[in-house]
Amino acid sequence: MAIEQNNLMESDIEAYLLQHENKELLRFITCGSVDDGKSTLIGRLLHDSKMIFEDQLAAINKDSKKHGTTGDEVDLALLVDGLQSEREQGITIDVAYRYFATDKRKFIIADTPGHEQYTRNMATGASTADLAIILIDARYGVQTQTRRHSYITSLLGIKHILVAVNKMDLVDYSEQRFNEIKAQYKNFSKDIGIVNPVFVPVSALTGDNVVNRSDKMPWNTDVPLMQQLDTIPLEDTVNLDNFRLPVQYVNRPHLDFRGFCGTISAGSIKVGDRVTVLPSKKTSTVKQVIQPAVGEHDMAIDEAFAPMAITLTLKDEVDISRGDMIVKSDDMPQVSDQLEVMLVWMGEVPLRVGVDVLIKRATNVVSGQFSRIDHKVDVNSLEKVAATELQLNEIGQCQLSLKQLISFDAYADIKATGSFIVIDKYTHATLAAGMIQRQSNSAVNATSLREYSAFEKDLNALVRRHFPEWGCRSIDELLSK
Amino acid sequence: MVISKKQLTHLKRLEAESVHIIREVIAEFDNPAMLYSVGKDSSVMLHLAQKAFFPAKPPFPLVHVDTQWKFKEMIAFREQRAKEVGMELVVYINPKGEELGISPFKHGSAMHTDIMKTEGLRQMLDLYQYDAVFGGARRDEEKSRAKERIYSFRDKNHRWDPKAQRPELWDIYNGRHQKGESIRVFPLSNWTELDIWQYIYLESIPIPDLYFAKERPVVEYGGTKIMVDDDRMPEELRVQAKMEKVRFRTLGCYPLTGAVASNAETLPEIIQEMLLTKVSERQGRLIDHDESGSMEKKKMEGYF
Ligand SMILES: Nc1nc2c(ncn2[C@@H]2O[C@H](COP(=O)(O)OP(=O)(O)O)[C@@H](O)[C@H]2O)c(=O)[nH]1
Repeated sequence: MAIEQNNLMESDIEAYLLQHENKELLRFITCGSVDDGKSTLIGRLLHDSKMIFEDQLAAINKDSKKHGTTGDEVDLALLVDGLQSEREQGITIDVAYRYFATDKRKFIIADTPGHEQYTRNMATGASTADLAIILIDARYGVQTQTRRHSYITSLLGIKHILVAVNKMDLVDYSEQRFNEIKAQYKNFSKDIGIVNPVFVPVSALTGDNVVNRSDKMPWNTDVPLMQQLDTIPLEDTVNLDNFRLPVQYVNRPHLDFRGFCGTISAGSIKVGDRVTVLPSKKTSTVKQVIQPAVGEHDMAIDEAFAPMAITLTLKDEVDISRGDMIVKSDDMPQVSDQLEVMLVWMGEVPLRVGVDVLIKRATNVVSGQFSRIDHKVDVNSLEKVAATELQLNEIGQCQLSLKQLISFDAYADIKATGSFIVIDKYTHATLAAGMIQRQSNSAVNATSLREYSAFEKDLNALVRRHFPEWGCRSIDELLSK
Repeated sequence: MVISKKQLTHLKRLEAESVHIIREVIAEFDNPAMLYSVGKDSSVMLHLAQKAFFPAKPPFPLVHVDTQWKFKEMIAFREQRAKEVGMELVVYINPKGEELGISPFKHGSAMHTDIMKTEGLRQMLDLYQYDAVFGGARRDEEKSRAKERIYSFRDKNHRWDPKAQRPELWDIYNGRHQKGESIRVFPLSNWTELDIWQYIYLESIPIPDLYFAKERPVVEYGGTKIMVDDDRMPEELRVQAKMEKVRFRTLGCYPLTGAVASNAETLPEIIQEMLLTKVSERQGRLIDHDESGSMEKKKMEGYF
């Protein structure tokens, strides 16, 4: 059984610990409308994986009588209930994080309850998730909200989608009903960029097919939900190809040591690699790759990769400060101050164009403004509609004009160098989550609205091959915009 | 450390995340400090701070709000660790409470905690004007912690307002604040109790001996067993002391910290016991006993 409760724990704790040192981490989000059974499902996962302590269960038992909806039975949904004020005032403005583990993986669930605030909460929870569980009530099938949730997971770049068709007990565990819902879902999911969603029929209330295979659904030959969570491959959740290190902190304990600390956004780096620092374009070679350590003996490593938090030292004295980005010289990101972005607006005050805001992208904070709202997306119909402002919980495509050049990647390629938050200059509130799609057309137009000769194309290729540190853009890329 | 060729284990992922948070705070705040409470979570947090800045020392002080009723062993451990890691140690005691001789035995746990801990913490923050204070709280500790942010904003009076909290996206933290406002930072938010113990085990992180089972003098008090740590404990209680093999799941003020009967003398045994008994650790801490949601109330009053 895949549950963290095996005999090893009792018979040979050291062997057990060894086994549990090497777990993978999977972060996921659960999405559903009110009453689809989200809390019950999460409660079930925690309960069946034995992550509930006796005293917590006792407290819930007490609470079940006070707030519960399941009569005398323990209401598993109360396990995941949140803040007291929220319970009393019925406001839900948050994301709650829950934890459980199996023998193979540790899981972090971003639990996003909520009604009006749903988009904002979901985007927040989805930003750190590698997988999304989309809940559908088997009685009602795909709803408007299902499409909305799916769109947001796709917008936030979640690669793995698990569609849990819940409350199968209320539709007589019908295979036909399950297949209908599957077809409904597939009908729209491709259009919003969801590839290969995995479907699981479950009953969160009875536990059927959550952790254990259900004898009520013999027609279902796929593994239960928990086992899906345990086995979905995670290799593709981190970009290991394009090295990017946003410099977070410069560590200078003494004159002989100058370390550039940061969390690797993508790719890997080795001692001896040629690197370029952006935006200065100064180059050097990696002298040391240092992992988090408490002593000289274990600090140096040969190679580091995303998402490690590391320190680099370089062979040459290069002026580098927080907000700069270190990349490999033969693999440069783009550089621009005009960006086309998607925004999820989270501020109480709507977005208006032409207002100065702060943009925090990785470790740099740059001043800028939105120069245009191209359109907003109606999260229910998923249609693009014209807009002059973006309100709380609205999603839109905008043109962002920065006061400084930044190096960046498209969010679809590298999340950490393609994502940003928008900060109010005066109240300091976080106003929006942003995802960079590409350099603005307006910035590209000036250079790309012409035909290039074969010679110019060759020259471009030559320059890009031999002088990567110039950060020269490819003509093909310019024209494709 | 690595599962397949280029994949980090969950503990390494958690470590990387914590180091990222600690560095980010140090880069963006002027006057940070780490609340060091001597327990296992603080021990892990301190270890991570060392890792984040090595070969430099963590560039901020450790602060301890001393209620004067901590186990003697905790105080000795505190002094020793601060010396070993070479960080400045700031100890604060509420002078008014000290003068009044506030005692959990005489004044009760609520008043003691309120004056020596909550009020002491508030005074300490007013005095030193730290704009960012690291704390070792985890989201799995208690139900109301599950929604706590990593950067938890406090107003000028150190109060937490659920509506003033900011959404946290990706690993981009918004640390902008007005003068007088501050944040509590919880770099261990995503660690579970098991993660903490496994990491202590793997990294050989020093923790106080009180966590390990040993024969200790204990008495029945307030529904649990507490240890006789000094003779400020009322005589009538002290005379009932019996030697029993016990340990502590959590460390705090000795009159308010329940001992559990245990034979766990090594880390693996502690972990085994924890996994098999399934009683969440705060049960030993008397302040949370009253009702669910009490932690949240305490937080609004300025308790960490
Ligand atoms: N029959 C049945 N009821 C369920 C199932 N899952 C949840 N429920 C019930 O549906 C209601 C809403 O569930 P809850 O978990 O609170 O939904 P949430 O609003 O999505 O968190 C509760 O009364 C649950 O007991 C299920 O699989 N079968």
